[in-house]
Amino acid sequence: MSKILILFAHPLYEKSRVHHELLKQARTVPGITINDLYHHYPDFDIDVEREKSLLVAHDIIIWQHPFYWYSAPAMLKQWQDLVLEHGWAYGKKGRALEGKKIFNAMTSGGGEDAYRSGGHNRYDISSYLIPFERTASLCRMIYWPPFWVPGVHRMDDVQIKKFSTQYRNLLTALKEDIFPEDEINSLTNFNQLVPLNTE
Amino acid sequence: MDPSSFLFQAFVYLAAAVLFVPIANRLGLGSVLGYLLAGIMIGPYVLGIVGREGEDIMHYAEFGVVMMLFLIGLELNPQMLWKLRKSILGLGGLQVILTTIIVGAIAVFTQLNWQQSLAVGMILSMSSTAIVMQSMKEKGLMKTGAGQSSFSVLLFQDIAVIPMLALFPLLATLRATGGGDAHSNSLIYHMPAWVQALIMFGSIAAIIVLGSFVIRPALRFVARTRTREVFTASALLIVVGIAALMTQVGLSPALGAFLAGVVLANSEYRHELESDIEPFKGLLLGLFFIAIGASIQFPLIMDDPWAITGCVLALIVIKAGVLLFLGRFFGISTEQNFIFAFSLSQVGEFAFVLLTFALQEGILAENATNFLIAVVAISMGITPIVMLLVEKFILPRVGTDEIVPMKPADDIDEKNEVIIAGFGHFGNTVGRFLRANNIQATYLDLDSDRVDVLRKMGFKVFYGDASRRDLLIAAGAEQSKIIIIAIDDAEMRLQMVESIKRHFPHLHILVRATNRFDAYNLMNAGMLHVYRETLDTSVRVGVDALILLGVRPYTAKRLARTFLKLDEQNLKKLASIRNQEEYITASKMFIEEIELIIQADAQSKKISDDGWDSETLREEVRSTNTI
Repeated sequence: MSKILILFAHPLYEKSRVHHELLKQARTVPGITINDLYHHYPDFDIDVEREKSLLVAHDIIIWQHPFYWYSAPAMLKQWQDLVLEHGWAYGKKGRALEGKKIFNAMTSGGGEDAYRSGGHNRYDISSYLIPFERTASLCRMIYWPPFWVPGVHRMDDVQIKKFSTQYRNLLTALKEDIFPEDEINSLTNFNQLVPLNTE
Repeated sequence: MDPSSFLFQAFVYLAAAVLFVPIANRLGLGSVLGYLLAGIMIGPYVLGIVGREGEDIMHYAEFGVVMMLFLIGLELNPQMLWKLRKSILGLGGLQVILTTIIVGAIAVFTQLNWQQSLAVGMILSMSSTAIVMQSMKEKGLMKTGAGQSSFSVLLFQDIAVIPMLALFPLLATLRATGGGDAHSNSLIYHMPAWVQALIMFGSIAAIIVLGSFVIRPALRFVARTRTREVFTASALLIVVGIAALMTQVGLSPALGAFLAGVVLANSEYRHELESDIEPFKGLLLGLFFIAIGASIQFPLIMDDPWAITGCVLALIVIKAGVLLFLGRFFGISTEQNFIFAFSLSQVGEFAFVLLTFALQEGILAENATNFLIAVVAISMGITPIVMLLVEKFILPRVGTDEIVPMKPADDIDEKNEVIIAGFGHFGNTVGRFLRANNIQATYLDLDSDRVDVLRKMGFKVFYGDASRRDLLIAAGAEQSKIIIIAIDDAEMRLQMVESIKRHFPHLHILVRATNRFDAYNLMNAGMLHVYRETLDTSVRVGVDALILLGVRPYTAKRLARTFLKLDEQNLKKLASIRNQEEYITASKMFIEEIELIIQADAQSKKISDDGWDSETLREEVRSTNTI
């Protein structure tokens, strides 16, 4: 049994179709903590102590966010800057997060095809996520492959529904520690692990 | 105990006041009537505890009137007078003149001569500042058209008392009964008339010069000793000294005290003087009203109850009629005009002062004076009843409807989720913000003028006391989600909170607070969303000050938000540890509160942005390098 914390960052959540569905499904998994950063910190005044104790209390952390300008919305960067303190999260004495798992759950406008060497964006998605991976490693956390919902600009409700069900199944599986660690580490993204349901 | 001993008398008067004033206040009659009632009770016709010595008491008590006029002088702020000159001089002046003429003209037809009629006219043109101001405040009407106009008229009447007191000696046709203001024992009585006149003008000039060039420096000197009671003594000395001087030269002590007050109105010690004299004035004036109450001649009333009743009713009709006419002339809207006119339709406490003076000066005979005192007291006593009748029977016909006039059927379904009580500066800012973001609110307001304007502009506005359940239901409180209490008056806010909690427990209440103390009260009433009206603005001033001192704007802003957050935490902490009843005076409470806040500030853990500060990281890197 792992405890899962979703750090959710979306500045215009009320207009987001996909993240609404994703969170709706995530909420159906019992025992998952959803921390809506833009809701709690409308002035970007992150309560560092609160965030730290949330991190300590969970095993698997998810940065859930839309992919803006090849990265996360500003709030998530603010969160990293302020919460991951030297001497606590990293540095010689910073071992508070050691061994915890962390990954990105994100949506992007561009489709899967755009993120490859010959594609529109020229690099694959893991290249864009290197800053997150390094951040996690510096904090002695294990960085897992992303859960990725690509091509949301053209996505219809049926597809959105499929992806969110997939998300729910993934969360349930992670919570129950179903997947062996080495299998997870060999993936390029979590979507490969859980079938995209067609029901 | 010897019934004429000082201690016994003091006991009787104080006990009567302590007993009856709170009761009268509770019944909504106001403290003046409470004192009168106390006087009647201990007077010769009910309990008979005090009899003849009441007149001696009166002499001391009249000193309360002198003090009151000193305070009125102190409060005369030239700027405010200038700003309100049109309504004070126009509305107030015409009210006094017209009422005097009409009442005086009627009085001539009784057995009174013209001098007496004029005096009666002037006396009865007064209204009761104490009653009107209190009821306006209680009903939250001070800022409305009716409240502002009433204030102007009452202010003019306060000032008009001075020339009336000066004029009265000229109207005497009977032998002066002596009393406190005896000409015969003044020093200058035997001098020729021109010397007397010269000395009188000289004394007035002396007060003005003394006030500016002697009293102010003297007060500064006394204030520097920081001995509170000596300052109080000086304040009393000023009033007593001037009263003595004026009596010696045969002028009215009240007039002198008033002048001294005006001279000192601009001094830096105005507030100290006010707060020092205030309790003396209050007590002595209370004593004055008790003495009046004790001197009411009940056999006289019983002899001819219809005459008294007739006089009171006629007087109310005349006074209200004059005010209605003038109000219309000065552009007060119909509903406000009725409230204004009938609020001021009684005769006021100044009439007692003037009546006593008129008796002493030999203007009115004792019978007439007693009759008029009874008329005045009754007219004051029935004011609450008159107002109730006006509210029940007249206002519904002429006034702004409480409830939005029926709309076409398709509009009725529109229910607003937000109700805003109070559309003053506070409420309208909230409302405008919501409206700018397409959220329509329903408004409740007490000012019929404002309500009419807002309705014309398409707002959904209900008119009336926002703590009333039926009005809240009409405004849709049962279907709404949020109510924002933005009204001015802290007492009324608490009442509203209680009423909403009881009748509409589902509503989120967002409530404005005047200051920390008010916030505590609201928090103790169970409020979670309390907004201190001076907090955010003051902190914004602080932010701009920091920025001007060279702090980076972003840092200054973050510091401000940290401060607000800590302050909120401390507010909650302090709200739970303090017990308001332990504090005897508001100022002591304020001082101790400041102490607690500052201590709490010092203990608060600073919120720092360690994540952005790489100092510890640099240290670690350097220490690793040296190894």
